[in-house]
Amino acid sequence: MVKTETQSSTNGQSRSGEAPTVVIDCKLDHVYYGGFLAVRDSHVQVERGKITGFIGPSGCGKSTVLRSLNRMNDLIHGFRFEGHVRFHGQDVYGRSVDPVAVRRYIGMVFQQPNPFSMSIFDNVAFGLRLNRFKGNVAERVEKALRQAALWDEVKDKLKNSGLSLSGGQQQRLCIARAVATEPSVLLMDEPCSALDPIATRRVEELMIQLKKDYTIAIVTHNMQQAQRVADITAFFSVDISKGSRTGYLVEAGPTKQLFESPQEQLTKEYVSGQFS
Amino acid sequence: MSPPTALAQAAPETATSLERSPFEPRALKSVILTTAVWLAAILAAVPLVSVLYMLVVRGGARLSTAVFVELPPAGFEMGGGFGNAIVGTLVMVGIGALISIPGGVLAAVYLAELGPESRLSQIARFATKTLTGMPSILTGVFAYAVVVLTTGTYSAPAGGVALAVLMLPTVVLTAESAIRVVPKITRDAAYGMGCTRSQVIWKVLLPTAMPGILTGVMLAVARAAGETAPLLFTALFSSFWLFDGGVPRLWQPTASLAVLIYNFAGMPFENQIELAWAASLVLVIMVLVINVLSRWIGQRRG
Repeated sequence: MVKTETQSSTNGQSRSGEAPTVVIDCKLDHVYYGGFLAVRDSHVQVERGKITGFIGPSGCGKSTVLRSLNRMNDLIHGFRFEGHVRFHGQDVYGRSVDPVAVRRYIGMVFQQPNPFSMSIFDNVAFGLRLNRFKGNVAERVEKALRQAALWDEVKDKLKNSGLSLSGGQQQRLCIARAVATEPSVLLMDEPCSALDPIATRRVEELMIQLKKDYTIAIVTHNMQQAQRVADITAFFSVDISKGSRTGYLVEAGPTKQLFESPQEQLTKEYVSGQFS
Repeated sequence: MSPPTALAQAAPETATSLERSPFEPRALKSVILTTAVWLAAILAAVPLVSVLYMLVVRGGARLSTAVFVELPPAGFEMGGGFGNAIVGTLVMVGIGALISIPGGVLAAVYLAELGPESRLSQIARFATKTLTGMPSILTGVFAYAVVVLTTGTYSAPAGGVALAVLMLPTVVLTAESAIRVVPKITRDAAYGMGCTRSQVIWKVLLPTAMPGILTGVMLAVARAAGETAPLLFTALFSSFWLFDGGVPRLWQPTASLAVLIYNFAGMPFENQIELAWAASLVLVIMVLVINVLSRWIGQRRG
């Protein structure tokens, strides 16, 4: 469930109705890069078994928010997060939390396909070996490649370099690599922006397949894509009023509702294509 | 139907001449420049080709199995070879590689990944670049002071240390740039999979950078194999085998191809001069093989 800060301060798990299960509850107060306030006041929730889409104009902080969920931004010098990200109730920014462990439970697929310079098999087995997986590695690699709808294309050339594949195949390989360790959440940061329309469509179909097993959060600059895949959509915008560019969450809700009857004027203007 | 007709009508007006006119100024300039570039390329190949030609002609004549298995002859002696010098060169380059590669690659990891902008990195990088331009004889002076004087003898390890100092900057600088060019998205992928920093380095960065690192290592090895100056007063020379019945006797003066060539080329004996030519050929072939190997490894990148 995703709500704006103003709508709710209650915990999603205790809500009435169909009792949605919140896997990630991100209450972001401020995110800084050095002295620059990048995002403020955004409360985002990611529900189990659903696809949550983050949309908004460039610089609205949607990627920053996504990458805050598994502490990828810790790698950026000067990054500071104020607020909390509860993952199954535990704050991933807690003092005793190891960001490396967080990333093993919350996997990530990036904007540019980035397979490692190793064989297709080794790419998918990478996370398993990292976690000293005791079971049958080959079996899990096959399963992951099947989940990523790539198995039939690569089953005869698992020893070839992952970099020898086409862009769309590389991105599916990256998805296979991410799901091989069976993380509970998959974060996707504009996973189709470097792909052609056919490869994009394949990855979108794949996401819909994957949500049976995984909880997915996706950043996209493409509103049609959000409408095609996201169950819930969060719309971010940029506040340039104070001479700076600070992103914030404007509105969030079921995708259909957000696009057809948005609550906020800004959302209405954005989804109708009046600015981008 | 209409586009071809339109083209046919337009053609006589626009395309006045499609034939080559070699004496038109632009074409002439192009021809002259192309010729100049060709000549320059040929000129650049002249030294290497002529050296190789001389080596093959003069050194090749003396090449036989004997030169590989026999010891260097004394003055007025006939025959002989430089088997011990080949072994000595291999052993000393090996010692140099054993010291400089692990040390150099680890230093490169620090420079490229752990503290690229740190004060220590700036100092180390400056020192390494300075070392690149250091006259090679000075590395010999260094090894003489550090190893020869403390152990009290000229030796293969002393020569190896001198070569290691010579190889170090090449290894560090090429390894650093090889690690640096690993794309940021690859690092992101590794961290995103839940790698610790050391896992990112060992499991992703170093394997990805390996072709580039190996290229640098090979270049360093090739250069070290041909160096005479660092060995002159660290390993000196020897007319005996480095291995005695399979047991290495490292702590004694050691022969090397480079020093053998230096010594024999200046001797007034025809036999020694012939051997110097043959040894030069062998040394150049060794270096060429290493160079070709490094290019081959470099090409397999990606």
